[in-house]
Amino acid sequence: MTKGEIKEVILRVLGQIAPEADLSQVKPDRRIRDQLDIDSMDMLNFVIGIHKELHVDIPEADYPKLATVDGCINYLAALRASH
Amino acid sequence: MAEFVMPQLGADMNAGKLVAWRKKVGDQVQRGDIIADVETDKADIEVEVFATGTIEKILVQPGEKVPVGTPLAIISEEGKPSAAPPPRAARKPAVAPAPPTAPAAAHATPAPPPTVKPGARRLHISPVARKLAADLGIDTSAISGTGPGGRITLEDIQQAAQAKEAAPAAEVALDRQARMRQAIAAAMARSKREIPHYYLSTTIDMSRAMAWLAQENLKRSVEDRLVYGVLLLKAVGLALREVPELNSVWTGGKAVPSSAVHVGVAISLRGGGLVAPALHDTDRQSLGELMKKFRDLVQRARAGSLRSSELSDPTITVTSLGERGVEAVFGIIYPPQVALVGFGKLVERPWSVEGQISSRPVITATLSGDHRVSDGHRGAVLLAAVDRLLQEPEKL
Repeated sequence: MTKGEIKEVILRVLGQIAPEADLSQVKPDRRIRDQLDIDSMDMLNFVIGIHKELHVDIPEADYPKLATVDGCINYLAALRASH
Repeated sequence: MAEFVMPQLGADMNAGKLVAWRKKVGDQVQRGDIIADVETDKADIEVEVFATGTIEKILVQPGEKVPVGTPLAIISEEGKPSAAPPPRAARKPAVAPAPPTAPAAAHATPAPPPTVKPGARRLHISPVARKLAADLGIDTSAISGTGPGGRITLEDIQQAAQAKEAAPAAEVALDRQARMRQAIAAAMARSKREIPHYYLSTTIDMSRAMAWLAQENLKRSVEDRLVYGVLLLKAVGLALREVPELNSVWTGGKAVPSSAVHVGVAISLRGGGLVAPALHDTDRQSLGELMKKFRDLVQRARAGSLRSSELSDPTITVTSLGERGVEAVFGIIYPPQVALVGFGKLVERPWSVEGQISSRPVITATLSGDHRVSDGHRGAVLLAAVDRLLQEPEKL
């Protein structure tokens, strides 16, 4: 799976959580929370959505690494590579 | 025969727009089935039916906006003879739908016919009320008076004016956002006008709860992990068993204790506004079940697809503004409820136990209580119980 494909999955899951958001405006290096006005429950739903789509187990301690779109891509690419 | 009426989905709802029917005439329905979609000022709601039978007649078509209590459809129940539908326009709003856990009988019974029929009577109205009606542009012949002998009171005029505000003509110009603001304004103004609030606050040591949670989450898969908010909700649910008068609904001038604990969770919506749908039977569910339902509720609330029972039957509200960085929240009670519990942000603070000071995670819990129903002493008992329960998280 390429980084581009991972990004597609990330944006699709974000779209389910914040259906009203314009995802083309999301800056990949800035915190998702601040840009989409989402809270910890949305973040949790995001992590679960990623888990369902990519079948990866994300430990709670790693949640902070998923703060930005770039962070998500790098983390998930590394996680999938190590499997 | 049972009527399926426009439900009252919270104190801030006067009317709703029927968006779509999911069933047609002749279809079988089961109690609890979602049979219609309704749009209110706050959300799109999937409306459940409270009778089992066959849809005999549909009275309101998609696109129509009607006041709360208006019959939307007639359902002929099995084994019961059907009857002609009562006239539609003159009905008084029926009561809010009963919680799904309450006996069905209350709902299957059609409301009694109105005692005063508009149009078929002489108008009883005082000069003051008549003037107010003229000032507000209200047609008094369409109002059912609630005063002695069917007299139209000042309050009737004010209510008619409010209903008129919610009517289609005025609504077109307002988007959902503005209407939600208006609905919240009406409910909160009513609360502050009618409910003598008292406020209590206490700080709770969360070190045991947080340590237990971290251990517990190691054992759970991504989908089953808990957030500490669920511990707070469960603790409130259980604590209410000890102070049942705070888990009441104010009806007809007195508080009626609810038979079940349905904690309404205040969920802020992106872009403004909030809803407080119920987590049913909060005190009886495992933390895992509560977590699942809580997550689902938040996601559906923000996507704008809640169910009617979730909005109509919370028995108390819990609000948590902690994420926005405040340490305490003193909320306004959501009528007809009689109490609201607030939680602030989880913070590390110096904490003294037996003369030893250490740093611990603590949270400020508050209670807004209705002084007509309870006193500060009973409110304090509730907060003390919440604290005690959170010290034994493994038992929640």
